[in-house]
Amino acid sequence: MDKIPILKMSDFLLVTIQVDLYDQLAENLESDLINMVKKYNSHGVLIDISAVSIIDSFMGRILGNIAMMSKILDAETVVVGMQPAVAITLIELGLPLKGVHSALNVEKGMALLRSKIHNIEQDTLTDDSSTE
Amino acid sequence: MSTKNEAVKALQKRKKEVLEQWMKNQLQDEGLRNNLISDEDQQQTSDELLNLLIDALNDSSIEDAHSRDFEKVLDVLSGISISRAKQGFSPRETGVYIFGLKEALLTTLQKDIKDPAQLYSESLKLSKLLDNFAISSFETFIKGREEVILRQTDEITEISTPVIHVWDGVLAMPIIGTLDSARTQIVMENLLQEIVETGSSIAILDISGVPAVDSLVAQHLIKTVSATRLMGAECIISGIRPEIAQTVVHLGIDLSTIITKATLASALKTAFSMLQLEVTKKSKSNLLQQSNR
Repeated sequence: MDKIPILKMSDFLLVTIQVDLYDQLAENLESDLINMVKKYNSHGVLIDISAVSIIDSFMGRILGNIAMMSKILDAETVVVGMQPAVAITLIELGLPLKGVHSALNVEKGMALLRSKIHNIEQDTLTDDSSTE
Repeated sequence: MSTKNEAVKALQKRKKEVLEQWMKNQLQDEGLRNNLISDEDQQQTSDELLNLLIDALNDSSIEDAHSRDFEKVLDVLSGISISRAKQGFSPRETGVYIFGLKEALLTTLQKDIKDPAQLYSESLKLSKLLDNFAISSFETFIKGREEVILRQTDEITEISTPVIHVWDGVLAMPIIGTLDSARTQIVMENLLQEIVETGSSIAILDISGVPAVDSLVAQHLIKTVSATRLMGAECIISGIRPEIAQTVVHLGIDLSTIITKATLASALKTAFSMLQLEVTKKSKSNLLQQSNR
């Protein structure tokens, strides 16, 4: 059974999808990823889809699901490197992927994740200080 | 009647005469412009066409213009029509060219066939055949013209959607002309492709050249903006004229999710502040220092 590797990098999880996703693979990825988020208490998930040339409505929903589930577990999701054709397809399908952050490349995606987590940490810190 | 059709025989015998007559007919026509094609070229193509036609003529094919024997003739004919369409000949000139051949064939036929009844029936067959050729040549002529028009349309759409690199990480795309579905597709593709290639995080879509925005155009704009956001870039729409703002509100289109600016300048300003850049005026003392150096 094929499996998409999930890499842990400090606070983040990295997923690079290098094959065309089929339904079962995507469902496995969803559950694996959520388990990993729980296991490592990650605060950010970065999914690189630069090598994916086809995304259908199911795959769009899976991406949305991952974002929502991660959000519940207090992790932000960033999708990076989406190809123009894929973006156009998703829009034509009426799937603007709400709740998913996007970035042009991995570098910018990491910066985005860092700034988001930084903000959250600052918020909690200020919250803590105010309660004290 | 002999085994071979009289007309066919006569024409095969007098091929040279037909060609001469045909060339004479062409030169007689006052509307003919010889600056578009040289006489030698003309003679050569005419000769080729005539040879093929006479070779293809036989007892059965003379009565059926759609006979397989004429495939080559039609090929050459359509080649001539298309090249004439591209060279800018008028349809009349191409028509005169084909009908000149008909006239030449009939005149030659007159010399050989003396029996009026036979001459009449053969002439009828021959003119029917040539008329068919003329029609098919018109068809290909128009097809040739249409190809030219299609190519120009493609060129216009290609030209009218340039992507401009305004600043590091900022792209601008002025849209000129009506936005229909086909053009939106091209605009979207060009913009997204350029975003990927340059790694720009902000795109400005300037619609000051769009004459009117209806619900469909607005829909297209919203789609483009959503697609850019999906890619991880931000999209600003600028150049919205007061009339456009009025129609958009009257039509009840919600553009509140999109960053809209009145002018390209203010869009650029917004882009700078998003990128945390600042444009400052050089102070006078700095300028003096630089000039002293």
